[in-house]
Amino acid sequence: MLNTLLPYLLAGISVGGQYALIAVGYTMVYGILRLINFAHGDIFTAAGFFMVYLTAALPIWQAVPLVIILTVLLGFTVERVAYKPLREAPRMSVMISAIGVSYLLQNLMWYVTGGLAKQYPVLPKLGDTIQIAGASTKVVTLVTPVLTVVLVLALVLLIQRTKIGMAMRAVSKDFETAQLMGIKINSIISTTFIIGSALAAVGSMLYFSNYSTVTPTIGAMPGLKAFVAAVFGGIGSIPGAVIGALIIGICENLIKAAGYTTFSDAFTFALLIVVLLFKPTGLFGEKITEKV
Amino acid sequence: MKKMSKLQTAICFAVVVLLFVGGWLVEKYAGTSSMAVTVLQKGAVYALLAVSMNLLNGFTGLFSLGQAGFMLVGAYTYAVLTIPMAKRAAIYQYYGGGALQFTMSFLPALLLAGVVAAAFAAIIGFPALRLKSDYLAIATLGFAEIIRAAVQWDVLGPVTNGSNLLKTYPTLKSILKGTFMQGNTVVFVFFMVAVCIGIILLVINSTYGRAFKAIRDDEIAAEAMGINLFKHKQMAFIISSFFAGIGGALLAMYQGSLQANAFKSSMTYEIMLMVVIGGMGSVSGSVIASFLFIACQEWWLRFLDETQFIGDFQIPLLGSGFRMVVFSAIIMVVVLFFRKGLMGDNELWNLKLPKKNGKKVKA
Repeated sequence: MLNTLLPYLLAGISVGGQYALIAVGYTMVYGILRLINFAHGDIFTAAGFFMVYLTAALPIWQAVPLVIILTVLLGFTVERVAYKPLREAPRMSVMISAIGVSYLLQNLMWYVTGGLAKQYPVLPKLGDTIQIAGASTKVVTLVTPVLTVVLVLALVLLIQRTKIGMAMRAVSKDFETAQLMGIKINSIISTTFIIGSALAAVGSMLYFSNYSTVTPTIGAMPGLKAFVAAVFGGIGSIPGAVIGALIIGICENLIKAAGYTTFSDAFTFALLIVVLLFKPTGLFGEKITEKV
Repeated sequence: MKKMSKLQTAICFAVVVLLFVGGWLVEKYAGTSSMAVTVLQKGAVYALLAVSMNLLNGFTGLFSLGQAGFMLVGAYTYAVLTIPMAKRAAIYQYYGGGALQFTMSFLPALLLAGVVAAAFAAIIGFPALRLKSDYLAIATLGFAEIIRAAVQWDVLGPVTNGSNLLKTYPTLKSILKGTFMQGNTVVFVFFMVAVCIGIILLVINSTYGRAFKAIRDDEIAAEAMGINLFKHKQMAFIISSFFAGIGGALLAMYQGSLQANAFKSSMTYEIMLMVVIGGMGSVSGSVIASFLFIACQEWWLRFLDETQFIGDFQIPLLGSGFRMVVFSAIIMVVVLFFRKGLMGDNELWNLKLPKKNGKKVKA
């Protein structure tokens, strides 16, 4: 029993870790701007393509940091160009802008790649196959949860212990008051996007090491799932996002193990709807009372 | 809405007639398979889809992203019910000839497409409409994805044909074959779409429509005025989905073949962008925007996809896919800098020349 389930469980934890890295980007942005950053999934895909094109010209050890830098730049630019001008606009406008950016990025990637799936380079060590308790899997499966936990702990420390983290917490509590207290809102928001994009870049390296091909629209699904994970864990809460992502990753793979592959995506959304109905604040979210 | 003067009514009527005559002439002289006719057909279908989405997003203020799901339901209902008996064995070859052993003519099937989509909306709306703004958006998006997955499920295969293609159901051309309308597909689509949009307009201008707008402007104030929030939201959701279903069926008619995989969330996003470009809360805006959107996407920007020369100089960047990049960049400009879209929340028939003091007369 366990022997048949183990590969699925391992895959679930690994995918969950990758979702977690994306979900952190969603949850931080939502915590501060109250915006579902629909373009986040496409930034994740773009990171995949950066890797594909950079490794064609550079050795891996140079490509990896460059990918992260480029992804961060992309995230930063998206925020400055598409979201900043709409700071005073109704929330719906910003969300539409996010959808527009997602559409633009997907079309841009389609144009650059010619719509073809690109082979993701095999990263040294990560792509090797190993045996655990009779189940063969890739090294990346084991690296992902460890790396995820380390990165997220670092992030939590950043948010709890540093000045910029304090500013972030202040901004997410109350936008206007934070501004009055002399916090530079725009630089804080940019920092949030930078952190989110960097984590998405790391997540994309792990994710595509597992799936090996990149297509322009591949990021949409993991992006949405990561968002669901963020909601499930309680939007705005980073540990919540990680736990939510792990639960989603594992459940999804167990459903695949049970033979209902068609429904592995649908399950995520069913979970979302159930959570929203019965506990809209998620597992660790703060309760928000609505003011008239 | 202010009552229209006789002159305005006459002008509106004339414009509609002109559109029909224009569509007829284009098809007559350009041929049914020309690009212009494609744009007119597809544009009309999308106009209906955009208007039905606008009813929800623009008029009722419910940010729903489930359009593609309801279109899928409508399209499949239509196709499944109308595939001729003789063709069923071939199409459902993996599912023993299919479970349904009857067919319908297109009109009742079209209506049923709407009804089934509306029924789905009633079920989905019950939990989903308790949610607000972005949560509603993501929940409806989720439902659309669930519908798409369920349709492709093997167990439902005898009805939906799983993830295989549905085809040979009556298309725009084949419906009109042998009738007096033969070859007038554009006029036919225009007529169908005009009837549906007309009904939506009537809804918008009824007391229900006013209640919808009140909910959009301020939920709490609307509730205080005695509007039953949930009932009206549910109503808007069902009506919108009904027409999304019919729009989906018309899209199926236009396409000639059908596969669940095409109804992704990006389809919803496209319709959403049409609504935004036309102006949230403007029916005529949505219609104009849909035609512009489809025309740019399918036709006017085509030259960007091919390498072009000015003399000996090859213009850089042009190539397959560049059209969509330019197109989406234009959309971003609209979204960022012309947030009201083409029409804002005005209607074409309410536009008046600006008065001397520069104030626009609002309906």
